[in-house]
Amino acid sequence: MSIFEYAPAPESRDIVDLRPSYGLFVNGEFVDGGGAPFKTVNPATEEKLAEVAMASADDVDRAVQAARKAYGVWSAMPGAERAKYLFRIARIIQERARELAVLESLDNGKPIRESRDVDLPLVAAHFFYYAGWADKLEHAGFGADPRPLGVAGQVIPWNFPLLMLAWKIAPALACGNTVVLKPAETTPLTALLFAEICQQADLPPGVVNIVTGAGETGAAVVAHPDVNKVAFTGSTEVGRIIARTVAGTGKKLTLELGGKAANIVFEDAALDQAVEGIVNGIFFNQGHVCCAGSRLLVQESVQDELLTALKRRLGTLRLGDPLDKNTDIGAINSAEQLAKIRSLSDIGEQEGAERWSPACELPERGYWFPPTVFTGVAQSHRIAREEVFGPVLSVLTFRTPAEAVEKANNTPYGLSAGIWTEKGSRILWMAGKLRAGVVWANTFNRFDPTSPFGGYKESGYGREGGLLGLEAYLDV
Amino acid sequence: MSRLAVRKTYKLYIGGAFPRSESGRSYAVTSSKGDFLANASRASRKDVRDAVVAARKAFPGWSGATAYNRGQILYRIAEMLEGRRAQFAEELGGGKRSALEAVDAAVDRLVWYAGWSDKIASVHGTANPVAGPYFNLSSPEPTGVVGVIAPADPLLGLVSVVAPVIVTGNTCVVVAAEGAPLPSITLAEVLATSDLPGGVVNVLTGHQRELAPWLAAHMDVNGLDLTGVDDTELALSCEQAAAENLKRVLRPAAEDWRAAPGLGRMTRFLETKTVWHPMGV
Repeated sequence: MSIFEYAPAPESRDIVDLRPSYGLFVNGEFVDGGGAPFKTVNPATEEKLAEVAMASADDVDRAVQAARKAYGVWSAMPGAERAKYLFRIARIIQERARELAVLESLDNGKPIRESRDVDLPLVAAHFFYYAGWADKLEHAGFGADPRPLGVAGQVIPWNFPLLMLAWKIAPALACGNTVVLKPAETTPLTALLFAEICQQADLPPGVVNIVTGAGETGAAVVAHPDVNKVAFTGSTEVGRIIARTVAGTGKKLTLELGGKAANIVFEDAALDQAVEGIVNGIFFNQGHVCCAGSRLLVQESVQDELLTALKRRLGTLRLGDPLDKNTDIGAINSAEQLAKIRSLSDIGEQEGAERWSPACELPERGYWFPPTVFTGVAQSHRIAREEVFGPVLSVLTFRTPAEAVEKANNTPYGLSAGIWTEKGSRILWMAGKLRAGVVWANTFNRFDPTSPFGGYKESGYGREGGLLGLEAYLDV
Repeated sequence: MSRLAVRKTYKLYIGGAFPRSESGRSYAVTSSKGDFLANASRASRKDVRDAVVAARKAFPGWSGATAYNRGQILYRIAEMLEGRRAQFAEELGGGKRSALEAVDAAVDRLVWYAGWSDKIASVHGTANPVAGPYFNLSSPEPTGVVGVIAPADPLLGLVSVVAPVIVTGNTCVVVAAEGAPLPSITLAEVLATSDLPGGVVNVLTGHQRELAPWLAAHMDVNGLDLTGVDDTELALSCEQAAAENLKRVLRPAAEDWRAAPGLGRMTRFLETKTVWHPMGV
């Protein structure tokens, strides 16, 4: 059903100099881990990319000690000097952007077009933005001399490995904290390249420490008694465990968790634009997006027209080699995630929803799932309630704006929402009623370092980005 | 023959009404000297749940009211409290002068918070200069239903924890100070005559140890203020229970209720909503 045939246009992977094995980054140096090294694979081919050190609890302790020692220097440094380190890091990220983008696509499976045009520009922008705050904190509205918290323990997910690192490290450092960061088990490589960038920037040792590993390593970071601040992005399930762990310790906590966003299309919307927004909302990054527009709420009167246009558009999406510059849909990040998406999709069918995917050839090797649309979905269906975290859209309908609001809010999550209508007053009325931290009207999945991001309800608490993003890393 | 006084029955305050505890229980409240003052209602788990239902029901109206209107109502509460100055001073007991000072401070605190209703969004919201053709604005919104474990200071402490929660549009369920619950019910009479919609503030008297865990674990409560919990074990178990639906928790801390409050009690129970819209012709 593809309209045009495209010749392969692969981005060269030669720009990335993969080492056979990687250590932990502690106190400014790469060191061996105490646990058994694990491998990280290219999810598009299942080939092993490298071996990565597994940080034990002792390694985490050493990293926290290094961060504690560095905290004295870093927090006492004039903000203007901290700023210059962050500007330096931002510049080096720009200089090495293509290398980072290719490595991100290799390790994560996301299309190079996305890592090159979305992730990396945002990563650099985030460091630039918070660099500028480092010497202006007294003007941020948190008092005359807001103080940092100390050592920040940060645990990030695999869907935007380097971007989530930037969201965590940039504000933490700008405010004068030092960090111990644990990247996701399946996507550790760009964080380790970032460690090299810290070395190139001459960042004082111990200000940034990267400990790779699995859930146990993350748990050790969160539970470490000398960590003053915990920041986590990931599933609501793990977020709950972390909130319980942190209870009673006095550690400051911010959580950016799951979502089940409603993308609401009214009958007067510009339907072609809405279709693009729906596609961007749920198929961007293979749907591995916590704020993905995974529930399409379409006004009944335009359901048929919209779904016809949507299906036609999905027929033009190109799925395949993430390094191909024409690829729209890359690989699912891991076998485990693929199994979860398959399972929930099967349950969607069993519960009575109608499943549809465009004709779409999946590569033989690697982890792949076609863009999938479920129609006839009821609010009680698991695919309408649970976060699939994959390229799976559930379509529900509504008749009145009030019904749209009620259905959109009928979820324990509250991260994001979308509204498509040409009527301004309706946009603002809807935006006011939706219980979600980010509302995109006539657009979707836009991000910017100046713009606070974060959830209501079980999507977590605290904001990342913007002036309000400083609050998470200041003793206020 | 001297006239026999007509005593007041101290009941709960739920959804704008004054019911007794559904459990039919009460507990004796005594003065600092040990004299019997009254039998206060001893609320139960069911009362907690009824109060949460009332608070949830009141949330759309109260959070949807204009900030100006909420400010007017908080100021009205201050007016009504001022009018009962002598009554509260007597109920607080202790030295008359210090009791009057406490009432005055509580009135002033309400006036202070009343003024924040239409200013907090300007101070805690941001216009975001994003790198693209988008209108982008972040504004604070109330978290929802907040459970409040009130501190021992029976009036100034109570007012100092309730006002910041409701001025921004939250509704709440308050567990009053266990040892001195009577002023909280008299304050409820003030609330009931201040145009505050029923259910915005619900007051339960009873045993903190019995009530706080139900509030902490309730899945339709969005925030939890543990200020009044002295027992660290209870505070820990409440914070752990609150993790189940990721309630926003204000942890217990020693407070000087005479000191300037700052914004923290308001911002702890505020969410930030960021709205994007493309710009173009």
